Amino acid sequence: MNAISSAAVADFEARYPVVFNPPVWKRFMPLIIGAGVILYILYCWWFFSIGTVLASGQWQRAELYARDWVSYAIRTTVRMSPTATTVSYPRFSELGDNPKPDWVVQAGNNVTVLFGSGQSLDINDQRVIATRGGESLTVLIEADGAKPQGTMPKWAALKEDQVTVDFGFAGQADIIPERVVVSRRFLGWANFVFDTSSPFWNKSFGEVASLMISGERIKPEMSNAALAFNNIWYNSSWQHGDVWTKLLQTIVMAFMGTLLASLVAFPFAFVAARNIMPNFFANQITKRFFDFLRSVDMLIWALFFTRAFGPGPLAGISAIFFTDTGTLGKVYSETLENIDDKQREGVKSVGASPMNVQRYGVVPQVLPVFASQALYFWESNTRSATIIGAVGAGGIGLKLWEAMRTNTNWHNVAYMVVLILAVIFIFDNISNALRSRLMGKQQH
Amino acid sequence: MSRAISTELSPDGIQIERHWQELAGRRRVYSWLISVCLLVTVAGSLWFANESNAGKFFDRLPHFFDFAGDLIPRDGWEVWRALFDLPSPYFDGSLKYDYPEGRIYLFGGLYIPEYFYKMLETLNIAILSTLIGFIFGFLLCFLAAKNLVKNKLVRWVVRRYMEILRAFPEIVIAGFFAAILSLGPIPAMFAVGIHTIGALGKLFFEVVENADMRADEGLRAVGANWFERVGFGIVPQVMPNFMSYALLRLEINVRASTIIGAVGGGGIGEELRLSISRGHQAKTLAIVLLLLVTIIAVDQFSAWLRRRLVGNQAFAFGGKQS
Repeated sequence: MNAISSAAVADFEARYPVVFNPPVWKRFMPLIIGAGVILYILYCWWFFSIGTVLASGQWQRAELYARDWVSYAIRTTVRMSPTATTVSYPRFSELGDNPKPDWVVQAGNNVTVLFGSGQSLDINDQRVIATRGGESLTVLIEADGAKPQGTMPKWAALKEDQVTVDFGFAGQADIIPERVVVSRRFLGWANFVFDTSSPFWNKSFGEVASLMISGERIKPEMSNAALAFNNIWYNSSWQHGDVWTKLLQTIVMAFMGTLLASLVAFPFAFVAARNIMPNFFANQITKRFFDFLRSVDMLIWALFFTRAFGPGPLAGISAIFFTDTGTLGKVYSETLENIDDKQREGVKSVGASPMNVQRYGVVPQVLPVFASQALYFWESNTRSATIIGAVGAGGIGLKLWEAMRTNTNWHNVAYMVVLILAVIFIFDNISNALRSRLMGKQQH
Repeated sequence: MSRAISTELSPDGIQIERHWQELAGRRRVYSWLISVCLLVTVAGSLWFANESNAGKFFDRLPHFFDFAGDLIPRDGWEVWRALFDLPSPYFDGSLKYDYPEGRIYLFGGLYIPEYFYKMLETLNIAILSTLIGFIFGFLLCFLAAKNLVKNKLVRWVVRRYMEILRAFPEIVIAGFFAAILSLGPIPAMFAVGIHTIGALGKLFFEVVENADMRADEGLRAVGANWFERVGFGIVPQVMPNFMSYALLRLEINVRASTIIGAVGGGGIGEELRLSISRGHQAKTLAIVLLLLVTIIAVDQFSAWLRRRLVGNQAFAFGGKQS
């Protein structure tokens, strides 16, 4: 290591006082900002009483809800009796009207429910034997309640007169005197294509295809292919038709809103740009008008237009149109104020009319930027359109919000989220591709 | 379409002219095709939007200014009274004129008017979620930058992770947390904050990738480890840009938290939705005015601060990031 002489150090210090001896407030700036942030977070903690809310949150539900996104549970009730043990399913079970699942094995009065990988529940009118991971628990059924024998494994719990057996993801069972309520969980989305009321339900793809191509008409008034499409479109638990229509509404809202906004903002931006319209008064009025449109929140526009047009995509289009006319107008006029004046002067010097000066001197240099901006907003409005939909401005937002508020339709939420993510992903790529063609690779 | 080619040109000139005309003709055809496609899409979209709307465009057009009716109070001072929770002379026991009911007393007779309090709530949601986004986006962005992390897998994972956070609809996050924590400002904060992590993270790592690497090289030469290189070489030069993006995001988040508020996240958004749906003119107008003033103030403040931090560069391209 080369040691620096103290003279050299002093010399450095003298030459760069800003680096070596910054003012005190500057030296402690990071510390002050850090302290400010921590104080602010503490204040917010108190203001929103975050601690209490987080503590009183039902976090165990989070796992249940998250599980519902990708799986479904089938409930069945086994009623024990010395003469005839019966297995019954709810009326609108995912298994159709006459379920015979292979995970319920009935032999006389003995019913075995299989939970996969060695886990099972063996039920008859005297006792229930639960087996999980090598351990097993015998529960005797007596008149005054379920009586577990021996030590309780971790996965079982006794509550008053009933025993709850937990099989993890595979499901759980409540052993109540005289009946066992079983909930068996499967990965996936139940009846995603055909619901149980459809004649195509529970048929393999090959069977459905052959029915569609060469089978007898199931309903005389329409072909099998039309019937199949109809059944998918009106699937009662997934509502494909409704979801896709609402999704299309959201897309249309973003597309039309942005398109109209850019078409309207385009001429006004010329009025607002001070280098193009030398009239101070016109500049200021247009600019303040843009500011007004932009600052009245999209939410406010959405709520008002929902009053004017009734709930639906027209309200959404108008809300996006109004807000983005303001934002795009501002961006466009700023772009116009930064243009290269040489081309304009060139066109002017050969005696072109004012209209032609704009057309040939200005538009060619700003058009790619304008288009690129509009594409950018189109993409981000696809996201906004989802949210304002929830206040009634049309689109998938409201459907999504309603599905979430029921707390039981999380699989529908997952379906819609997947669709939205796919749409955003596709539009992201389209808009990026178009923008890099317009602007050159490095600009976006 | 094609013009007659002048015979005065040399054979080479004639060929060039013909090529040019061919190209121009093809270009015209493409332009027409694109215009027709666009027109058909627009017409189809408008028809579809109109069909699936509750009210039809032309039936409802005469009612276009109905919303103005939601904004005209009984007298001008009503707005003032609604804004500051002063008692109204029209008070008849209904919710419409119960302005003093909303007062939030601090101590003694000193109170915060209801809407100011709600606005503060919305602003706090916006600021706190921007802060969450800033902190986590800051921590993540260095791992996604090509010039700092050589491991492709780490970069890929971090980038996809931020992409998912960004693309995931805010309303779903809000709904999910609302199911666990019940409706209120905290689910809204999570929703806006999580989205902000993704959005800021992306902008941040792009800034980091464009950073000047000479400082980093110098630090590497004297044997600094990765954290020291990032801390002393990169952070000081990217910080102004980071702050500027965070401020831009704050502007967006104020709007976003108002909207999330309206679907159940509390704050001023909810008040606005309720007062519009109940037809309380003075209250609606008071809230709209308050929102307008606040948003303009936040925008102006942020623009001023950004100009101080990074100069006019902050305004060169784009006002809205998502």
